Amino acid sequence: MSAPILSLSGVEAYYGRIQALRGLSLDVGEGEIVALIGANGAGKTTTLRTISGLLAPARGSINLFGESIVGMRADQIVRKGIVQSPEGRRIFPRLTVLENLRLGAYARTDRAIAGDFDRVLSLFPRLGERLKQKGGTLSGGEQQMLAIGRALMAGPKVLLLDEPSLGLSPILVDTIFNVIADVNRSGVPILLIEQNARKALQVAARGYVLETGTIVKSGPAATLLADDDVRKAYLGED
Amino acid sequence: MPEIHQFFQQLINGIALGGMYALIALGYTMVYGIVELINFAHGDVYTLGSYFSLSILALIPLSRYTGGWQLWLIASCVIVLAALLCGIVGVLIERLAYRRLRNAPRLAPLITAIGVSLILENLMQIWKGTSEVPFPQFLPGGLGVPDNVFVVAGVGIHERALIVVVVSILAMLALNLLVFRTKLGTAMRATAQDRDAAQLMGININGTIAWTFFIGAALAGVAGFISGIYYGTTFFLNGYQAGLKAFTAAVLGGIGNITGAMLGGFLIGIVEAMTSQYISDQWTSVVVFSILILILVFRPSGLLGEQVPEKV
Repeated sequence: MSAPILSLSGVEAYYGRIQALRGLSLDVGEGEIVALIGANGAGKTTTLRTISGLLAPARGSINLFGESIVGMRADQIVRKGIVQSPEGRRIFPRLTVLENLRLGAYARTDRAIAGDFDRVLSLFPRLGERLKQKGGTLSGGEQQMLAIGRALMAGPKVLLLDEPSLGLSPILVDTIFNVIADVNRSGVPILLIEQNARKALQVAARGYVLETGTIVKSGPAATLLADDDVRKAYLGED
Repeated sequence: MPEIHQFFQQLINGIALGGMYALIALGYTMVYGIVELINFAHGDVYTLGSYFSLSILALIPLSRYTGGWQLWLIASCVIVLAALLCGIVGVLIERLAYRRLRNAPRLAPLITAIGVSLILENLMQIWKGTSEVPFPQFLPGGLGVPDNVFVVAGVGIHERALIVVVVSILAMLALNLLVFRTKLGTAMRATAQDRDAAQLMGININGTIAWTFFIGAALAGVAGFISGIYYGTTFFLNGYQAGLKAFTAAVLGGIGNITGAMLGGFLIGIVEAMTSQYISDQWTSVVVFSILILILVFRPSGLLGEQVPEKV
């Protein structure tokens, strides 16, 4: 692997006195999808919140293209190119779909925004039919499309996806995963959190297994898919 | 005067009064919408608007001008300056008093707001004393010129009431454009709805919150100027009661809702005018604050409270 685009090393983070990350290290390389799997409460969402600057790490380093982003505000990190579609979608319910999408490009001033807008609508034609509707009136699946579309509007250099398939019907899950693969083919590296570990490892190049705030296992996705412990713990097999 | 004329007369008074309440109520509602804080110092920023206007007007030889465009130009400049100064005070209040308490228990910033209110009231008391201060009523015809009364179908409309209504409506239109048509406005609405998600869009929420305080305080500054023109006098405690009534207006309209604050402001103004006409001057506060209690008990979300369904 060439020099990683996003690199975490020895990251520790706390919620008050509770330590949520205990020396976590991981890399996301050029053009790859990396899956982060683990049980509820293992620290997956905390990892993404820490990368995005919503939670300040107590120790450790986080580098983007070799430059430290620790201590930057969340909005500055977005401007550096790390874009997150957060857990629970977190769309703006009382803004229209169009306003939500435009906010995705809030930090941008370049001329490619219109092109990205067309691309999002071609990935998710449903959003195009509902541009004037308030985000809160969309169905769960449409809200997830909006959350991902909004993240793409930011023109990410690294995309962080937190549970993009949670609560969706099987057909929609496939749609979302197709889009993830499609976005990745256009060259965007993706760090993916999924409760659907099998799907995540199928689409990913590599994977990390997170337990109580630290990485306990990592490797090529195919190896993890075949790993006995992983199969038992995360893929629901005996 | 026939009964019906009196009614319309009071309706016009109520709309003028309501315009001022609406301008103040907007500051309460915008700040509440974005940081969930009842900024009890806001009414005093309104008084500050009158005081800043007074100090600026003291620099201008007003008696030299009698009518014409110069007076309107002076008025516009004073409004803009007073609004600007009030806006800066609003930003300073947020930066010095509220920001570090943003994640503290709700009671802490609330008590702080009351403290800031007392500080401002005392500063203004030192600044211009404890008695009423005359405000130069130089609009529309120049100093010492009584304002005209248009008579429309037997109802007299004072020019100064008209000025109050026009200025407040213009300010509200400008605010609407800002909030619903600009990038800053969208950022403000997004921050109000979900602060973390707003940050993930690349919005600097500290900056956005500071702008919200600035705009709310600036509108109170505009209200401070027009109240001076309307009443011809100001007083360091004016903002105490006007602030509480404007707060009632914001709650009546649905706290956090901008259109609601405007509607609530005009309604409270009209209720107050009608109370003084048909019951008694001394009952206006009783009626207005009874409305506050009734809304809080029976419809806490107000007339236009946010009720868009939110799926989870």
